Amino acid sequence: MRSPLGRVRGVGSTGEATAHFWAQRMTSLALIPLSLWFVFAALTLVGADHATFKAWLGHHGNVLLMVLFVAVLFHHAQLGLQMVIEDYVHAEGAKLASLIAVKFAAVLCGASCALAALNLAYGG
Amino acid sequence: MVEFSLPPGSKVRPGRTYKAAADAARIKRFNVYRYDPDTGDNPRLDTFEIDLDACGPMVLDALLKIKDEVDTTLAFRRSCREGVCGSCAFNIDGTNTLACIKPIDEVPGDVKIYPLPHMAVVKDLVVDLSLAYAQYAAIKPWLQADSAAADGERCQSPEERAKLDGSWECVLCFCCQTSCPSYWWNEEKYLGPAILLQAYRWIADSRDEHTAERLDFLDDPFRLYRCHTIMNCTSTCPKDLNPGKAIAEIKKLQAQRR
Repeated sequence: MRSPLGRVRGVGSTGEATAHFWAQRMTSLALIPLSLWFVFAALTLVGADHATFKAWLGHHGNVLLMVLFVAVLFHHAQLGLQMVIEDYVHAEGAKLASLIAVKFAAVLCGASCALAALNLAYGG
Repeated sequence: MVEFSLPPGSKVRPGRTYKAAADAARIKRFNVYRYDPDTGDNPRLDTFEIDLDACGPMVLDALLKIKDEVDTTLAFRRSCREGVCGSCAFNIDGTNTLACIKPIDEVPGDVKIYPLPHMAVVKDLVVDLSLAYAQYAAIKPWLQADSAAADGERCQSPEERAKLDGSWECVLCFCCQTSCPSYWWNEEKYLGPAILLQAYRWIADSRDEHTAERLDFLDDPFRLYRCHTIMNCTSTCPKDLNPGKAIAEIKKLQAQRR
């Protein structure tokens, strides 16, 4: 029974949406060179054995870029998936559960990839 | 979740066909969406055969001819018949546009006329615009200035005035608003392209002193940032305006003031 204007005004603006928008753009921008580097690296390592890959990743520059790549990639992915969920999932419970699942999964996947890279680069 | 199938009672069924006179030479068929809430029946698609030699050149002329001469119960909004009032906005030949400035000749084959997409239908081609009007009211579409006007006038340079071009021409027909998938999915929370174009019209106005409050109002994941640059708004606008660009300008201002 609420008036249309009351529904439109709702509970007001969150006031933090621009930070999310900015983070999406910054991570997109960062992913351009990082993705190009990753694809180039993957192509040059086609057919390489484990020892060669370990030696390659052992270079500080390579492991740094690899960790940056997975960190930015999963951060960007969860920002984007958040938008998709907000677009299409309208039941509040399901929306909240999906948002939490996506954030946790992104941290888990990103941390696992970074740890694997560091372990391979510097581990025994 | 989003519903991908039509709820019961929404499926459009074939309707009646009204034949043209036997001596009609240039017949064009108009398939018009009909819905009468009083009957409880499903919507139907009526076909009207119109003799173009006895009809004006625009789609609105044909609708008026149908209402005057064939079926007076056909409901639709119209007023100025020259593209400045924004009343006769329908989905014509698959695109939202104004019937009064859409030439019949531009439509190949049958002319299909539906109400604006996504909106609740009141009757036939008339849709409920209450929410869109409330969204318009929410952005405070008037000049807000606390300073007294110097010499009784609030002056603008020609350059400042030029910034309003492309937004003041909007006739609020809501063709863009109802063409936007983001608006379809989140019409209660997303303001939509027509409203954001008008929001920008006041943000860009050099005489307005409440720019910060206007930007604060829009700094919300739904009100502004549901725009995913789909650009249906810009491609459908019957006045050739660019709501997509106006929304991008608002996003730019939001980013610049961080």
